Amino acid sequence: MTAQTLYDKLWHSHVVREEADGTCLLYIDRHLVHEVTSPQAFEGLRIAGRKPWRNHSIVATADHNTPTDHWDKGIQDPISRQQVETLDANIKEFGSLAYFPFKDLRQGIVHVVGPENGATLPGMTVVCGDSHTSTHGAFAALAHGIGTSEVEHVMATQTLVAKKSKAMLIRVDGELGRGVTAKDVALAIIGRIGTAGGTGYAIEFGGDAIRSLSIEGRMTLCNMAIEGGARAGMVAVDDKTIAYLQDRPFSPKADQWDAAVAYWKTLVSDEGAVFDQTVVLQAADIAPQVTWGTSPEQVLAVSGKVPDPAAESDPVKKGSYERALQYMGLAANTPLTDIPVDKVFIGSCTNSRIEDLRAAAGIAKGKKKADNVKLVLVVPGSGLVKKQAEAEGLDKVFIEAGFEWREPGCSMCLAMNADRLEPGERCASTSNRNFEGRQGQGGRTHLVSPEMAAAAAIAGHFVDVRTFT
Amino acid sequence: MKAFTLLNGLVCPLDRANVDTDAIIPKQFLKSIKRSGFGPNLFDEWRYLDHGEPGMDNSKRAINPEFVLNFPRYAGAQVLLARDNFGCGSSREHAPWAIEDYGFRSVIAPSFADIFFNNCFKNGLLPIVLAADIVEQLFREAEATEGYKLVVDLEAQTVTTPAGASFGFDITAHRKHCLLNGLDEIGLTLQHADVIRSFEAQRKAQQPWLFV
Repeated sequence: MTAQTLYDKLWHSHVVREEADGTCLLYIDRHLVHEVTSPQAFEGLRIAGRKPWRNHSIVATADHNTPTDHWDKGIQDPISRQQVETLDANIKEFGSLAYFPFKDLRQGIVHVVGPENGATLPGMTVVCGDSHTSTHGAFAALAHGIGTSEVEHVMATQTLVAKKSKAMLIRVDGELGRGVTAKDVALAIIGRIGTAGGTGYAIEFGGDAIRSLSIEGRMTLCNMAIEGGARAGMVAVDDKTIAYLQDRPFSPKADQWDAAVAYWKTLVSDEGAVFDQTVVLQAADIAPQVTWGTSPEQVLAVSGKVPDPAAESDPVKKGSYERALQYMGLAANTPLTDIPVDKVFIGSCTNSRIEDLRAAAGIAKGKKKADNVKLVLVVPGSGLVKKQAEAEGLDKVFIEAGFEWREPGCSMCLAMNADRLEPGERCASTSNRNFEGRQGQGGRTHLVSPEMAAAAAIAGHFVDVRTFT
Repeated sequence: MKAFTLLNGLVCPLDRANVDTDAIIPKQFLKSIKRSGFGPNLFDEWRYLDHGEPGMDNSKRAINPEFVLNFPRYAGAQVLLARDNFGCGSSREHAPWAIEDYGFRSVIAPSFADIFFNNCFKNGLLPIVLAADIVEQLFREAEATEGYKLVVDLEAQTVTTPAGASFGFDITAHRKHCLLNGLDEIGLTLQHADVIRSFEAQRKAQQPWLFV
């Protein structure tokens, strides 16, 4: 038998049928649902008189619209409230394996909630009406975002109409330096391949530096595969994957555990498997990263300077650099460490897990935020992450540093709730997108790791976390 | 779904690379639980001078006269001409909903982001990939000629300029069939319900832990 990539294995084990043009029906094991991209899908089922094919594939939570403070007052914005209540009603009507509504202890960002409950398992296909579904590929699952029509299609048929992507291997060799995180690896990769570099591909991340990442680090990395253009990112199963899944609520129970583990261990790319493209980075070359523009590919090592559009020969690129600098309010050749920040956001499906919060707290401990920094928001990814952080006293570290400790949700990653930047405000953010207006109209986002965000909050400007004391 | 067969549509050139779905339809409009009515807020932050919120009377808002969609010569455009990596970012189907609701029926670019590209086909909106040099030529012609139209023929898989230059494009047989006939994909898939059911039974036997 020919050597297969991990992606080949995941794909072929889910093909229900294939048409002559290569269009397949792909069986879907897990369907994650949130309030923003599901109401029209449920409505479609209702209009057509259809029922979900297998409602126990559904794990749902409310995350995008939920406020991160004053939970006693409920959701103030009436249209946000309506959307969340619509999800409540739809789950009640159509059913699910699990639903973590607003204020539930296990509520949180859908991509944090799934894995921590063992609802994402190796070998699964995982979909969600959310582009950051690629996160779940950290468990050697085939996971990607879908649109709302597809949400309805999966609900009604348990399948997706899909065509196989090409396979890309991104290998990071060697050992990451101190202060260099999964987020920096993700940003460095996007800086290399560009935001469209992965278009049409499913990416497998491999190499020593990837193997050395924790499962949470791998989730951060796979989360940002979509920012490199790839719908799906994935990492092969190893002992860390299996250890993480032990005793999670929806993980296989004792009588099925050994069989599951035996299967999971096959979820690696075979020796000699052929990828359509391979990209190799050296871990030692990766420094803490800071984005300077309005696309995740506009990123540099923290020691860098804002680029000069005049030095760019490609006219489309030159134009986008000029627009980015104008929007970001930055002058060419400014050292990144000279850029002051107004707000700091530590959270999002990229960086809101317990290890992220520990890392940020490690920097903030015993220090105070700079006077020029108006607000530092720390938003845990879920109620369980929040509880764990409080058990470790991390909340106190943040509060003593002058940071705000909030309730879980998507928050200022996309600013659908009340947490947002005002026009012109500059933010060091652990989220995933620095698009114009993403964190609030006119807001200026710089993407960084949790350590770098915490250090910027203390210093008042970007600093190299490796030399920060 | 609305069928797509033949279009002879006015072209609006949007000369920016990496246009993301946050720009196409900003997040505040995603709070709607409907799938229609997004057209007036297409490109909201670029199109208007004030900050838009759901429920505003858009006809009373100050428009940005420098944004291409607001140029009188592009009123009623049905073909959006775009640059590389159009539709990147969020998977929100509200983006194609907004583009279609505005009146566009086709988007032409050198490349698209995967999720956006896929979402278009579910909404009677035809995304077309043409080579970068051809797109460059179309940009020059559209900007130089008022009333510039392109003929998009899905059956023949061609885009034809007013001068008669014709360019072929690729589309899978499945997507073409669905779009030409305006088919409901769920209905099509459910014709294979037996195959899905037997696949599922086999999967359940092999990996019972997936079926709790």
